[in-house]
Formats: sequence, structure tokens, C-alpha cells
Amino acid sequence: MNYPGKGLVEGLAITARNFVGSYFYKDRLTTVQYPEERVQTPENSRTFPFLVFDESPDKPRCTACKICEVECPPKCIYIVMDRDDKGKPLQRPKVFDIDISVCMQCQICVEVCPFESIKMDNDYEKSRYGRFNDLVQRLPDLLKSNAYYNKIKPAEAAEVDAKLKAEAEAKAAKKAAAAAAAAKATAVPPAGSVT
Amino acid sequence: MIAEPLINSADTITTKTLEISIGPQHPSTHGVFRMDVVLDGEVVRALKPVVGYLHRNHEQLAEKISWLGSMPYTDRLDYFNSMSNNWAYALAVEKLAGIKVPERAECIRVIMAELSRLQNHASAIGFLLQDCGAWGTPLLYAFKEREKILDFFETVSGSRMMCNYFRFGGVRVDLNDAMLAMARKIVAEFPKFLDEFEKLMTTNEVVLARCQRVGILPRELAIAGSVSGPVARASGVEYDIRKVDKYGIYDRLEFGVPVGRIGDVYDRYYIRVLEMRESVKILQQVLRDIPAGPVQAVEVKLRGFKIPAGDGYGRVEGPKGELGFYLVSEGGPKPYRYHIRPPSFINLTVLEDMCVGHKVADAIIILGSIDIVLGEVDR
Amino acid sequence: METIYQILHTTFANVPAWAVQIAAFLIPIAFIFGVYPAIFALTTLVERKALGRIQNRYGPNRVGIFGILQPLADGLKILLKEDIVPRVADKFTHFLAPVLIVIPGLLVYLVVPVAPGMVAVDLKIGVLFALAVGTMSVIALFMAGWASRNKFSVLGAVRAVAQVVSYEVPTVMAGVAVIMAAGTLSTLTIVQRQGGGLLNISNWYVFRPWGLVGFALFIIGGLAESARCPFDLPEAESELIGGYHTEYSGFKFALFQMGEYLAGMAMAGVTVTLFLGGYMGPGSGPGLAGGLISMLWFFVKLAGMIGLNIWIRGTWPRLRVDQLMGFAWKVLLPLALVNIVAVGFWHFLTPRPLAWIITTGWLVIWFLVLTKCNASAKLEKREYRYV
Repeated sequence: MNYPGKGLVEGLAITARNFVGSYFYKDRLTTVQYPEERVQTPENSRTFPFLVFDESPDKPRCTACKICEVECPPKCIYIVMDRDDKGKPLQRPKVFDIDISVCMQCQICVEVCPFESIKMDNDYEKSRYGRFNDLVQRLPDLLKSNAYYNKIKPAEAAEVDAKLKAEAEAKAAKKAAAAAAAAKATAVPPAGSVT
Repeated sequence: MIAEPLINSADTITTKTLEISIGPQHPSTHGVFRMDVVLDGEVVRALKPVVGYLHRNHEQLAEKISWLGSMPYTDRLDYFNSMSNNWAYALAVEKLAGIKVPERAECIRVIMAELSRLQNHASAIGFLLQDCGAWGTPLLYAFKEREKILDFFETVSGSRMMCNYFRFGGVRVDLNDAMLAMARKIVAEFPKFLDEFEKLMTTNEVVLARCQRVGILPRELAIAGSVSGPVARASGVEYDIRKVDKYGIYDRLEFGVPVGRIGDVYDRYYIRVLEMRESVKILQQVLRDIPAGPVQAVEVKLRGFKIPAGDGYGRVEGPKGELGFYLVSEGGPKPYRYHIRPPSFINLTVLEDMCVGHKVADAIIILGSIDIVLGEVDR
Repeated sequence: METIYQILHTTFANVPAWAVQIAAFLIPIAFIFGVYPAIFALTTLVERKALGRIQNRYGPNRVGIFGILQPLADGLKILLKEDIVPRVADKFTHFLAPVLIVIPGLLVYLVVPVAPGMVAVDLKIGVLFALAVGTMSVIALFMAGWASRNKFSVLGAVRAVAQVVSYEVPTVMAGVAVIMAAGTLSTLTIVQRQGGGLLNISNWYVFRPWGLVGFALFIIGGLAESARCPFDLPEAESELIGGYHTEYSGFKFALFQMGEYLAGMAMAGVTVTLFLGGYMGPGSGPGLAGGLISMLWFFVKLAGMIGLNIWIRGTWPRLRVDQLMGFAWKVLLPLALVNIVAVGFWHFLTPRPLAWIITTGWLVIWFLVLTKCNASAKLEKREYRYV
């Protein structure tokens, strides 16, 4: 039955139910009280990039090929290749700066990197006090170990490790086959044959 | 808009009109948006929208970076529905380059777009009711549902709102079973929220008094002003790009498109509720029948991707209207011209006609019912 | 005040009479100044927490356990804020307006009885005083809006004046019904008339048909006069930023809030007195124990009315200014006049069941007629087709 004012009363009933329910049903109250409690972000969550190294920080996977610098849409990466005294390029970066006040977390640098060396972190607590230089992450800040990468993104890191291992094995197999073929070609002909 | 003396017909007091600028810093203008209104007492006599406070040079920027590099920028156009924006751009590029999208990727695209539509409409009507004066209650209920959808987006693509998920020829990451179960759970719980929300607001006498017969948009004016989306459909224009262009797999899905008749604020509110119900139907069908397969076309390269010369226009039915991308390519790795047809900007052209003759409070509600987002209006 | 004077005079018999008079004069004033602003501070916290729970979130809970020190923090913050006065504003009026808005709110408490005999001043025209003084705050609203020399403020002030003045009329008419039934304007006598009966409850005027309608009218009038939702158009934040208090900051802003809340609680107090039986409840009577229980009942009822205000604020959107005034003049005022006739029926029809039936029927018929005639808020028949 439809009495005047019915919609108003039904509205009041719903808010009352929400009010009472928020004391008794935990799933009604969805507040997470940061910083005492933190939401568990999912594995795929991405914030800012970082560089991966395998054994030690002075041997990163990055070869300073500058593909990520070119492909980055807001141009927030700045790379300078490391050279030795004679000017020959060593395949690693001397300067690798990412300005995280410009970075828009689009993940394109991760997709185009051919060496699986730049990956996305999920640390979001990056506030700093200084506005201008504190938000530029330099090479020491960016280098993090493969163990750290496995910790924050286990499934993705496992895939990357498997791929790198397969590539390394394929390369080793090819090298061994080439060495075997070269050894066969320069082998001493067997005794008895006419040269 | 000069202040003119008006002669009141009832007696011989001359009154002047009052010119006020509502915005750009205002709690209810949905962003940095300014309206210069000329008021006579409480009645609006003229209204001029002033935009441009959020202009970020998107179209110019796109001419300097590669085709793929513009994809994250399209997230930030209509920052509520990044998935729909990505789809419009990907559709335009695929049309130009002639790329075919695999079946599973099409299904995933529909799932993402419809979830995006659900959360956009929920927050749109939440904000509309917030402008009406309900102190946050319907808005926060809508946001609770929206959180579930945003958590799903974060699980799949890594980011809650700026997803950057679509690629030319497919999507970036495949959905595994856990993610599909999450999506099914969201879709199962959504109708309950809609029922509670409708009970709270749809027959509420105060909402009815505020929203009925306010801001009527006649059908001819909607067509003449190229208004699109729920605003046009509430006025009786039967046009939904999902049914007209049949992009993606929409021609295989069964869903209805609700069309209203009167075109006032209440109609625009209720059409969005009905569209949410239809989206739930679409999602149930796709989540039931999603096939296995690859999610990206193999011939698309990430770097150095070139599109043959030509121009093309790709459009989707975004939650706010028709979002289109007009691209001109010279055969290179960067666009020559990149133009966006933003639905919010074009829907705003009829704002003055809808508001004249109503009161100031109504002008705010009418603006809320068009559902604009400034990232799209100003690009 | 007389009761307090008697109690003090008998307890401290050797103190000279003039000192006892001054003490009897100061104690109720200290009570009013102490208790009601404290309730105001607590209400701000309770309102935020209750609104939060309605919206499925916690309210403030950082300052002190359960946020109990939040009003203290708010008060400290607002005292330390810079007091900005616009250069072109009318300085004297700008300064005077917040002060003038608090005073009428506090004055109404003088005639609200909290326990048997415990009313600050037992005026023979108590109800008239309460309603008349309570309306004085509208002058302060207009002063605030006008003195700010700001278009938004003037609009807000004009709306506020129109709203308060139009809702005053049905409120007073609803009060007239109670005055007719009780036969007196003195608030203390009205409360005493509502005692007796089953558990001191069944004689409350809200349980009579005309009392129920009057109670509803008084609640709506109270909401409108203190400019709370759904009638908070004068301070509609989403339209005119601040309305009449846009140009105020610092402690003057706090005084506005306090004046508004005090006026609202004063109207709630008058509602409790007129309709809900004031301090009457099971166990209330003269003497110390009875007096304390009466005071408890009064504050429980006041808290209930404030809770109802908060509940309504969290649920309903606000009405537009012309709909608001249409509602007052076209629905509420005729209903109030009909109510007065209903009290007449009640008083003069002798067999009680006959009086119940006739009064209830009369009110129900008129309620349906009025809402049918002004059915702008009915859902029209709309059709949606699916393409």
C-alpha cells in the first residue's frame, strides 16, 4: 500500500539498518585504518620502476641500451653509458635517473626492455620532504636484487627466471654446438687418407 | 552578459540582474569548471560554461610520441573509465592498421568495459544525489561497490584507475581463474546493492520533488546538439553505438538499451540505473561463455610499430557518451594528427538551454546529471 | 528559580536573604551556560560518528579514545585561526551578528523545565516567550549576510530569512493546539498536566491524535528553523559555498555553529516540553531521587530528539527554496489550522472513544486531502522502452 511519505520512511529504514549493521557485521565497515593496518596490495600492483641485479649491485642486468629512455612517454628516464679509460663502452649504466614526479607508472619501459632488467616495484610510500631533488631516484636507489623481485612478485619473477635460464641454456648449447663443429672442421684428417 | 534593468510586470519596481561565477573552485562542479550565470532573483536567465582550466595538451603531445606511448595518456582523459578510453584508441588504431583481435581478448575487453560502466554510473548517481544535498550517504554506498571493481582492476592490470591495459590487437595480460572468480563475485553482489540504492532514493519524495520536470532536454535539441550517451537516451534518442556499430562481440550478446521519454533529471538518473542492470546481464553472459585462447595478436610489435598512411575514426559507447578518436597517419611511427571527440564537452553545449528558467539549485543538479568529467572536457 | 531559592533558604537558614537570592539567581544560569554548550560539543562529535556509521565508516577516532577529545581539538583549532574580515564589510554589523545569534538560542532555555520545579524562570507566558525569542536569531542571520558585502552571502541570508519566517507560522499554530488542551501558557504547568496516567507516560500529548500531528509539525518546524537538513538551503555547501557564513572564520564561525546548534537543541527542548511530557517518566516526582530521575528522563528525551535530527540529516536530500516554502504554506499551515479544530473536537466531545474516533478521522481525511492536492512529489507514470 502506498501512503504519502512512503519513500521517506523506507529511506530512513535503510540508513538505520546500515547504522546498526555496522556495529555487528564486520563486512559492512570497510574502513582500513592506515597506518596501523595496511591493505594487502595484489601481486600485479605497480608503482615505480627499479633495476634488477643478479649476484651483486655492480653487475646489473641493464646494459644501458637506452630503449626504455626512448620509449618512455613522459621522458622521465635519463641514462649515461659507463665507459672505461679508453672510451670503450662497458655494457652497464653510469647514470640512471628516474624522476618519479614525472613518471606516470605506465609500465611501457618494462615491456620494451630486451634484457628483463627494469621491473615495476609496488612500494607506494614514496613521499619526501624536498620538492625538487628528492623525487629523483638515482642508480643506487634503483638497484634491487633478484631475491627482492622474487619476494614482491613471485609468479612474475619465476616466469622471468625460467625464461632467462632457458635463454642462457640455449646460448650455451649453441656455443657448444659451434665449438664442436669448429673442432670437427679443424680436426686432423684420419691416418691413411690422401690429402 | 551585461546587467540589464528588468521591469517587473506586476509593479513598477525596477530590479537588476545579478551576475555570479559558479566555480572554478566549487564543491559541486565536478572538477575545475566555471559557469557564469546571470540571475534574476533565484531564476537563471543566461549561463555560459567556461572550460580550459584542466587543459593538458594531450593532442599535441601525442604527435611527439609513438602510437603505443599515447595509450597511457588516454587513461587520463576520462579518469573514471580508463578501460573504455583505451578501447576507443585501440579500436581506432586497429581499424587503420587492419589488425584482427583474438576471441578471448574481445571477451576480456567487454568484461572490462562493462565493469567500468558499472562503477561509472554508480559514482555518477552518487554524486548527483550528493549535489541534491544528501550528505554523502548514497555516494559512500556507491563507492563501496566501486572499491570492489577497482580492486579487480588492480589485480588484473596493476593499477586501480590508470590501467593502461589494452594493446593494439588484444590486451596486455591474460586473466587467470582466480581473477575470473573475483569478477563473478562482483557481478553476483551488484544487484543487491542496486536494490538497496533504489529503495533509498528512487521513490524518495524529496528526490522526486527536486528531480522531476527539471532540466528537460527535448529530443530535437538532443539530436541537433549531437548529445550522446545516457543523456540522449533519456530524451528519447534511440542510439547506442554498441547496437549500431556492433564492435567487439556485442552483436552476439543479448541485452536491451533503455530509452526514456521525458528527458529530465529524473529520467537521466533512472536510465543509468537501468543501464547498470543491463550491464550486469552482459557480464553474466560473457563470464559464463569466455573461450580459451591467446590474448594478443602476434603481428603487432611493441617498438617501431608503423601504421600505413591514411585516416580513420574509431568510437565506442563510453559510459558518458560516444568517445571517438580520429587518427591521421603518414606511415610513420608517430601520429600526424590525433583528435579526440569528447562526450562530456559536446554534451555541455546544451547546458544553457536546459538551465534557463530554472533556479540556481537546479542548475547544479542539471550539471550533475549530464555527468561530466573535466579530464575529458579539457583534454 | 523560586524552588531553588526555597531549597537554599531552608538549608542555609542563617545566610542573609539577599545572598540566597543572588545564589538562586546564579545557579540556573550557570547550569544553562555549563550544560547546554557541553551538550553542543558532544553533539558535534556524536553527529559525526553517527553519520559515519550510517555511511559504513568510522567517525573521528584519532583524538582520544572513540574520538572523545575531538570537540576540544576542534575548539582549540578554531580559536587559533586567523580572523579575516573583508575590507569592504560593514565592520560593526559583521562583528555583532555572531554574538546576536547565540543569545536567543540561550534565552529559550530559561523556560524549559528539567525537573519538578526546576525551571530558570517560571513565566506565565512561557511558551510565547520561547517561540518569540527563538525567532530573533533570524535578524542575526540577515545581518551576517548583508554585512559581508558578498553576493553569495546575501543570497544565503535572503533564503534563510524567507525559510525561517515561513516555518514559524505552522510551528506556532501547532503549539497553539497544546496551549488550548492544557489551558495555560506556562511551560511548567504544561509538563505537570502531562504527568499521571500509566507510568507517567500515557498522558503525554504525543499520544493523542492531535498531539501526534502537532509533534510532527513541531519537528519539521524545528528542523527548518535551525536550518538543518532537509531544509539547510541557507548554508547549502554544494551550491553557495557557505551562504551567510561564507565570510566568517575563526571563532566567529564557531559562534555561528554554536548558535545554530543551540537553537536546534532549544527547539528540541521545547518539543520535549510540549509534546513528550518534559521530565515526566516512570519514577519522576518531587524530592531528590524523583528530581534526579526526572532530570535523567528529560535528557534522555532530548538526546532522542537530537538523534532523530541526525538520522534525518543522513538520509534525505535537501529541498529547493520554492518547494520548501510551498510545503510550509500549502501543506503545513492548513494542517496546523485543522489541528486546532481537532483539539476543539477533542475537548468538547464527551465520551472518550467517540472523541478518539472523530478526531482521528478528521485529521486523517485532511492529511490525505492536503497531500493529494499538493502531489508534486509523486512519481509520475514513466515508461522506458528497451531497444
